[in-house]
Amino acid sequence: MYTAPFTYHRAQSLSEALQMLQQNPEAKLLAGGHSLIPAMKLRLATPPALIDISRVPELRGIRREGNTLVIGAATTYYEIESSELVRQSIPALPEAIEQIGDPMVRNKGTIGGSLAHADPAADLPAVVLVLDAKLKIQGPGGARLVDVDSFFQGMFTTAVGPGEILTEVHVPLPQGVARMAYEKFPHPASRYAVVGVAVAIGPNGVRAALTGAGDHAVRLSKLEQALSGQPLNAQSIEAACQNLVDAGELMGDHNFSAEYRAHLVDVLAKRALLRLV
Amino acid sequence: MADVTKMVGKAIKRREDPKLIQGRGTFIDDIKLPGMLHAAVVRSPYAHAKIKRIDVSRALAHPGVVAVFTGEDMMDINPMPAAWQAGGVKSNAVTPRALAVGKVTHVGDGVALVVAEDRYTARDAVELVEVEYEPLPAVVDARKATEPGAPLIHEAAPNNICMEWECGSKEKADAAIASAEVVVKEEIINQRLIPTPMETRGCVARYDAATGEFTLWMTSQAPHVHRLLLTAFVFGIPETKLRCIAPNVGGGFGQKIFCYADYAFTMWAARRLGRPVKYVEERSENYKASTHGRDHVTEVEIAGTRDGKVTGLRVKTWANLGGYFSTIAGGIPTTLYGRIITGVYKIPAAHVKVWGVYTNTAMVDAYRGAGRPEASYLIERMMDRFAAEIGMDPAEVRRRNFIQPQDFPYDNGLGMLPYDSGNYEPALNKALQMVGYENFRKEQAEARKQGRYLGLGISSYVEICGVAPSAWIGAVGQGWGAGLFESANVRVHLTGKVVVTTGSLPHGQGVETTFAQIVADELGVPYEDVTIEWGDTLAAPFGYGTYGSRSLAVGGTAVHKSVQKIKEKAKIIAAHMLEAAPEDMVFENGKAYVKGSPDKAKTLAEIALQASLAYSLPPGVEPFLDETTYYDPPNCTFPFGTHIAIVEVDAETGKVELRRYVAVDDVGNIINPLIVEGQLHGGIAQGVAQALYEHGYYDEDGELRSSNLLEYAVPTAAMLPRYELDHTVTPSPVNPMGVKGAGEAGTIASAQAVMNAVIDALSPFGIKHLQMPATPERVWRAIQNSRQMRQAAD
Amino acid sequence: MAEKVRISVTVNGVQHTSEVEPRQLLVHYLRETLGLTGTHIGCDTSQCGACVVHVDGQAVKSCTVFAVQVDGSSLTTIEGLAKDGHYHPVQEGFWEKHGLQCGFCTPGMIMAAVDLLKKNPNPSEGEIRHALEGNLCRCTGYQNIVLAIQYAAAKLRGEPVTGAVADD
Repeated sequence: MYTAPFTYHRAQSLSEALQMLQQNPEAKLLAGGHSLIPAMKLRLATPPALIDISRVPELRGIRREGNTLVIGAATTYYEIESSELVRQSIPALPEAIEQIGDPMVRNKGTIGGSLAHADPAADLPAVVLVLDAKLKIQGPGGARLVDVDSFFQGMFTTAVGPGEILTEVHVPLPQGVARMAYEKFPHPASRYAVVGVAVAIGPNGVRAALTGAGDHAVRLSKLEQALSGQPLNAQSIEAACQNLVDAGELMGDHNFSAEYRAHLVDVLAKRALLRLV
Repeated sequence: MADVTKMVGKAIKRREDPKLIQGRGTFIDDIKLPGMLHAAVVRSPYAHAKIKRIDVSRALAHPGVVAVFTGEDMMDINPMPAAWQAGGVKSNAVTPRALAVGKVTHVGDGVALVVAEDRYTARDAVELVEVEYEPLPAVVDARKATEPGAPLIHEAAPNNICMEWECGSKEKADAAIASAEVVVKEEIINQRLIPTPMETRGCVARYDAATGEFTLWMTSQAPHVHRLLLTAFVFGIPETKLRCIAPNVGGGFGQKIFCYADYAFTMWAARRLGRPVKYVEERSENYKASTHGRDHVTEVEIAGTRDGKVTGLRVKTWANLGGYFSTIAGGIPTTLYGRIITGVYKIPAAHVKVWGVYTNTAMVDAYRGAGRPEASYLIERMMDRFAAEIGMDPAEVRRRNFIQPQDFPYDNGLGMLPYDSGNYEPALNKALQMVGYENFRKEQAEARKQGRYLGLGISSYVEICGVAPSAWIGAVGQGWGAGLFESANVRVHLTGKVVVTTGSLPHGQGVETTFAQIVADELGVPYEDVTIEWGDTLAAPFGYGTYGSRSLAVGGTAVHKSVQKIKEKAKIIAAHMLEAAPEDMVFENGKAYVKGSPDKAKTLAEIALQASLAYSLPPGVEPFLDETTYYDPPNCTFPFGTHIAIVEVDAETGKVELRRYVAVDDVGNIINPLIVEGQLHGGIAQGVAQALYEHGYYDEDGELRSSNLLEYAVPTAAMLPRYELDHTVTPSPVNPMGVKGAGEAGTIASAQAVMNAVIDALSPFGIKHLQMPATPERVWRAIQNSRQMRQAAD
Repeated sequence: MAEKVRISVTVNGVQHTSEVEPRQLLVHYLRETLGLTGTHIGCDTSQCGACVVHVDGQAVKSCTVFAVQVDGSSLTTIEGLAKDGHYHPVQEGFWEKHGLQCGFCTPGMIMAAVDLLKKNPNPSEGEIRHALEGNLCRCTGYQNIVLAIQYAAAKLRGEPVTGAVADD
């Protein structure tokens, strides 16, 4: 309940935030704090300094740039969930976000915070993987746009390097409405994903991703390949959603074994895909 | 004279609520005293270990830390007491000390106490206390703990057996089973639960060196009992040197009945340091170090005839007590379990054998229902197993074995007091009707054809409420070592306002409201003129507190009786005022008058004024209207009813959806239906939670894996159904109001309704039993196993 | 100990300026520094919702926010919800429908419900239950909480409401 002591720095701009990070290399960034603060309260995280980026204007807001939806990293789940622009362009995104945590978590938690934290049981990593997003990362030497497929690198590990800040999430918008579905099996206590499967139909066919079961979110390439060139119908889906992952690659605990989670991946993938048919 | 509006029986909203909905209640952590220090505890990360060395020097040097103590420092006070020992039953009870000395017996066992100027500093310094442990092998399963070669936890308890207990007739049960047409055997596990009142436990201790008196604010369901135990047994000081105060208590469910180490170490530290000390558990500490509930391993056999008569029941239960013996731990898996094991059925031969066993886990004691949910789950699960075995409808099997209305008072032959009153079949029939039983069976058959798995589960229950009669519960052999009467004082002040002090300790039950309803009606005074006070040993007469659904049946009756005494005295004084004979007086609707002359009446306020001014009272009559009752009922009360759950199992994921929940309860006469329904709702929720979600899970090394609310699944609103309630009313003959009690009935009835439904849903797979909780993976695995076995058979 | 930071907040319409340790949780700031003990602590893992308050009109778990983060913000706690001696309709609903027993979860539950009704004035029962996923109650089994929120929703929409009646 009581965190270890730390020093607090509030950034007013992105450049100030980067500067603070330069001066406090051990510091953690604080946006919504809903991944970080719970870990600090259990003293699983004891950063000596926090840099509060929640008020940095460059990190806030949702806008459309051509065929791309740009979401500032410090935009809260609630802001995304209630955004008319998002509801019109990717209606399945608010639906997925509504499954995260609870309303208070969504009022404070931010998209960038979730993605940069890369909790293996978080929902959004699977969603951005199937949306084929790009992540804008700003460092002292400038900005780079990272493909989502190379963003999640391990448990709590991403492409964001020391001294860098995830600033924006870029989601390509197809013609019309993006078709995506997210199926989640929530942990009954924590409400994190025991298994979450996201699927989307893109210009290059089906994209599918898995969160919750492994040490980080991954594409379900086996499923994507099985459906490649196939018409999407109940039969093809049923046939494709078999033994998608090997239980040996998954995490397990006393409530949800790896074997059971592997089975859930098949079931949830099927159910998500059926929603798109 | 027209009747004034009666309050009893009306669904009036609670008088407790205005301050609580405005955030103006006073809970334990809201108490702040000048100069108050904050305590934090260094807790064992090991389930079983010797303490080799404790170095407090770094913690002591930390700025803001006032003191650090270990168990060795507190050897001048005794270990916690155990009621069971006082009961004269043979046991090997080992109770916890204020802090562990020499060894720890469960994860979370307290090892050192840090006292600091603020709570953050105290917590920081906990990290600085260095403890060297020598880990020992651990055991967490009660049955395994009794097996040869299991690690020994206490020298005093060979094979980790703290106590052995039995009831019923072994010879008769053995004979019934040996000669039966049908015998069904099962192993039933009633898993460990963590009570989880939303407010954790805590206390604030103050010591006045000038008078040698302590004041202890505490999260208590029974402050008088806590005062007695802490003074007479732990500190060895006169009882009068401690004042216990329970402010608003944020839920208890049994967990706040017991005498815990933290009450003792906080008092001890306050005396040593000369400053008030506060200790409030964090939730993870509450999970690791406060009591848990249930945790039985049971081998059971039920015997009967092919035409549905149950003829015998034989039960062997290993009850997990945890790493030490908690205050009334002995009484739960024995008196409140074994003696009601045959439930609502006439079973001619039954025998229950219980071993109370130490393991390397948190202590186990009463949790909502306390023994009765375990008993009810066992018999109701076995009635379904028996029904399935002989191919009979489970409702019909129940009907054929019910105790009949003419059998009351009913002696079940297990050493229980006679069941007071009951009529079980109407409750079952009403529940079946509400749920549309015949239609459901058709729907179920249709659904199965489409590969959907619906199930219906019946639970007909009886339970023990108003646990009290001291001559029974306190007798040698029952093991409680205490009476369980309840007290009430009623005073009518000279302004006519009525003040009631009760030994009950409401913490959500709405006792202030119901007691005021009773008093208003009985005295004929406005409800608003009645005040109910409780919670302070300085103000209230000695009472045993609130648990065992006893507030109304025992505490409420004490109030009722005091009111009758007030009325009698009022009549005597009014007779004097009216120059009449007391025996000619009538007291009705707040007025006393001579029979036949209601127009010349004296109001209670007038009489109270006369009694208080006292210049003209009849000879020998004391001033003031002030009456106290210590009510010790002749019997317990036995609420009953039938609950029915309907579930759908998702065979692909194993997830159980609770689609409907119907409950028909008979809690005797009802004082406030709104409150009774609230009690039933909450009770049902906790039983449903046991069936589907909750498990206080220790791994084999004794690590509590469900150590906080991230892991332990207390259900949210979305995980629970809408409850459909109805009642039958069979008044209790035990008390003048005919009430029984409603606090635990919902919990006692519900887990098996849900589990019977789950297993009914899974019957096409040949599944006969599943252990709780019916988690998705457990259900899925059962289906997988069944499919594999069938494939192998083909 | 890390250096203290000066913050300025408006709580229930009253402005406060305080020096706080950066690690002080908002819930401790409210309870211990300002003495507003209606906001409760029921867990240590951000699950139970007993600590919900409003920060700039949004419901947040005050156990998962540092006091320094709300510098310059306007807060409402349970103590500030009633206006001019009148209960907020959600408070009224909880009283009328027996939506509380021990009352410990109640302040957070009420604050979460107020946030819900601001965003969704006419929620279905399912939406109410979903919106309460961050608030645990151990006493009521939630049914009367749902009824309380439905009562408040109707009242806020200007529809007639009925008070305390048992449900059968």
